[in-house]
Amino acid sequence: MNGYPVLKGASYTLAVTPDMVIHNGTTQTTEQIVNPDSEYLKELPGHLRSFEDAVAYIPNQVYIGNAKPADLASTEFPFYDKKWPNASRDGKYGQIMPQDEFYGVIQICDVFDLVNLEKSFAAEVKGKLAAQNLFTEAQLAVLDKNESTPEAITALVNDEHAEGLYMNNKLVGAIKRAHDVDVNLSAHVMLENLVTKASNVISLIELVKKAGVAPEEVDYVIDCCEEACGDMNQRGGGNFAKAAAEIAGFTNATGSDVRGFCAGPAHAVLHAAALVKAGTFKHVVVTAGGCTAKLGMNGKDHVKKGLPILEDAIAGFSVMISEDDGVSPQIRTDIIGRHTIGTGSAPQNVIGALVTNPLEAAGLKILDIDKYSPEMQNPDITKPAGAGDVPEANYKMIAALGVKKGELARGDIASFVKDHGMTGWAPTQGHIPSGVPYLGPLRDEVLAGETKKAMIIGKGSLFLGRMTNLFDGVSFVVQANDGSAQGGQGAGFDEAAVKTMIGQAMRDFAKGLLGEE
Amino acid sequence: MAILNGKKAVIIGDRDGIPGPSIEACVKTAGAEVVFSSTECFV
Amino acid sequence: MDLENQKRVKDFAEKYGPENLVVILGAAEGEAAGLAAETVTAGDPTFAGPLAGVQLGLTVYHICEDEMKAEVDAGVYDEQISMMEMVMDVDDIANEMSSIRNDYCKYL
Repeated sequence: MNGYPVLKGASYTLAVTPDMVIHNGTTQTTEQIVNPDSEYLKELPGHLRSFEDAVAYIPNQVYIGNAKPADLASTEFPFYDKKWPNASRDGKYGQIMPQDEFYGVIQICDVFDLVNLEKSFAAEVKGKLAAQNLFTEAQLAVLDKNESTPEAITALVNDEHAEGLYMNNKLVGAIKRAHDVDVNLSAHVMLENLVTKASNVISLIELVKKAGVAPEEVDYVIDCCEEACGDMNQRGGGNFAKAAAEIAGFTNATGSDVRGFCAGPAHAVLHAAALVKAGTFKHVVVTAGGCTAKLGMNGKDHVKKGLPILEDAIAGFSVMISEDDGVSPQIRTDIIGRHTIGTGSAPQNVIGALVTNPLEAAGLKILDIDKYSPEMQNPDITKPAGAGDVPEANYKMIAALGVKKGELARGDIASFVKDHGMTGWAPTQGHIPSGVPYLGPLRDEVLAGETKKAMIIGKGSLFLGRMTNLFDGVSFVVQANDGSAQGGQGAGFDEAAVKTMIGQAMRDFAKGLLGEE
Repeated sequence: MAILNGKKAVIIGDRDGIPGPSIEACVKTAGAEVVFSSTECFV
Repeated sequence: MDLENQKRVKDFAEKYGPENLVVILGAAEGEAAGLAAETVTAGDPTFAGPLAGVQLGLTVYHICEDEMKAEVDAGVYDEQISMMEMVMDVDDIANEMSSIRNDYCKYL
C-alpha cells in the first residue's frame, strides 16, 4: 500500500460537572475521609463555576474548536478571569454539555439498570437532550422509565450503597452497585466507568456529526482512557471501546482498549495507524472518555488562591485514522519516537528518545518540525498548583536538548518555545491532554497550509501503578499529505513508480546488451 | 561536613521536574543510602 | 505531598532517627519545592496527610541546589540532571529551599 494513514477527523467534548467535583473527585473524597471538617470542603462550593462561565472559559472554547490555539497564546495570563466573546456550547469539533444532560447520557449508556433518576428530573433532561439531536428516540425513551421519587433515591444512597448524582447539591439520581460483594462492580466503580463510557459516547457521536464520519464505515475502535472495567475475576477485562461504539451506532466495528496512563492516546494512534498502514482496516477510531477522579484535583490550591475550581469538566475526544485519501494530513508511521526500558528517566534521555532520536533517524532537525504537541495541560490549572507550565517545560526541554546537540543556541530557547510551541488548553484529565488535543486544530492548519509538520508526544507516569518505576512515552510525526498514495512527489515510497522505473532500466539494460552484441 | 555521605536518603522526585531515579543515581555517588525513591505527578 | 510519601517519610524518620535522614526533592518549581520542604520540616501545610502538625525538621535539599551539586559526581549529574537547569528556575527553587531550611530545619 502506498501513502500513509491519514488524520481524517477529530472531535472534542466536555461535560461540566460541578457536583461531581465535590462528590467524585479524589482530592475531595480523600479530604472527606481524612479531614471532613476542613476549611477547604466548606469553601469549595463557593468556588464552583456556572455552566455559562465554563463555556466562556477560553481554554474550553479552544478545546471544542471555537477558538484557535493561537487565540489562547495571545490571551494575557491568567485565563480564568477572561471570557471568549461569542462563546458557545456548540463547537466546531464537539460540544460542552451541562451536568443535567450528562446524567441523562449516563443513563442512556447504562445497560444494566444501575442508573435511577428522579422522575421529573429525567423528564426535563429528556427534553433537553432531544433538542441536542445526539440520540435516537429509542435511546431517549430510556429516560421515560424512571419512576423514582426523591425518597426512593435517598434510600438507594443511604441503604443500598448507591452513589448519588447531584444537581446544586440536591440528590437527583443514583447509580447502584452491580454486585453485592464484588468491589470491581461497586457503585463507585460503576459510576466511574459509566462516566467514562458516556463521555466517550458523546465524543464518538460528535465525530459523526462534526467531522462527517460515517459510523457504519468504521472498522475498529480503540479506547485509550485510564479506567478499567471488569468484575472480580478480570478487573481490567476491558473493551470500553466496543461498549461505547455500540451506543454511538458504529455497527460494523469491533474494538479493544489500549492502556498506557497519559501516553495511552499516543500509543492508541500508533496502533490505529499501523492497522491502517498494514491494510488490516480502512477506518480506525481512537477514542476516550474522561475521568471523575481528577475533577478538582488541584482544587485546594485553586481555592487557596481565590480561583474558581477550573477542573470541573469531564473531557472526551475521538480521532479517525483512515487509509490515505491524498488530502488529509499523514501520520508518518516511519518516524516514531519511543521511550524504551533502557532509556531511563533522565529528562535528557527521555526527550532524546521521544524527539531527537526519531528525527535524526529520519534526517530531520528539531527546527524542521513546525509545531510540537507534548502534554497540552492548561497552565491556568497547573501553575497555581505549583506544577508549572507543563507544555512550556516540555518545549524548554526540547530546546535545551537542541542546545546540547548544537542545533540551537542557548539564547534561542525562548523564541523556540514561542515559535514551535503552543499554550496548553487541555483540562487535566490525565490522558486527555497528552498530545492529542492538537490533532483537530492540526488537521485544519495543515489543510490551510499553515503547518507542514508537527510532532505529537504522549508521556505516561507508569510508576503511579506501583508495578514499575519506569516512565513511558511515544511520539509520531504528522505531515501535510505528500501525495504518495497517488504516486505524486514526496517522501513516501511509491511502489508503482518504482516498478516503472525498474522496468525501464531493465529494458535499457537489455537494449544495451543487444547493441553491444 | 558532608550533607549526604553516610546518610539515609529519601527521594521525592517530580515527573515534570527531576524524576526519582535520576536523583537516586546522583545521591548514590555522594555516599548516601537511598531508602526510598518515588516520583510525584501533579497532572 | 502525596499521602503515602508523607507516611514513608514519617516512618523512616522514626526508624533511622530524623538526624540521619536527608530528603532530596526534584520539584519543577520553587513553590512546589517549598511546599514539599515545609511538609518534611514544619508539617503538612495542607493538613491532609500523616505529617500534618508533625514538625520533623528534616534536612531537605533540592537536587539542583549548589550544596547537592558539590557532593554528587559531576559526570552523573551532567548525564541525569544538567539539561533541566536550562528548563527550571533554579535560583527561585534554591531561594525557597534555603528559606524553609533556615526557618524549620533542626539538623543543619
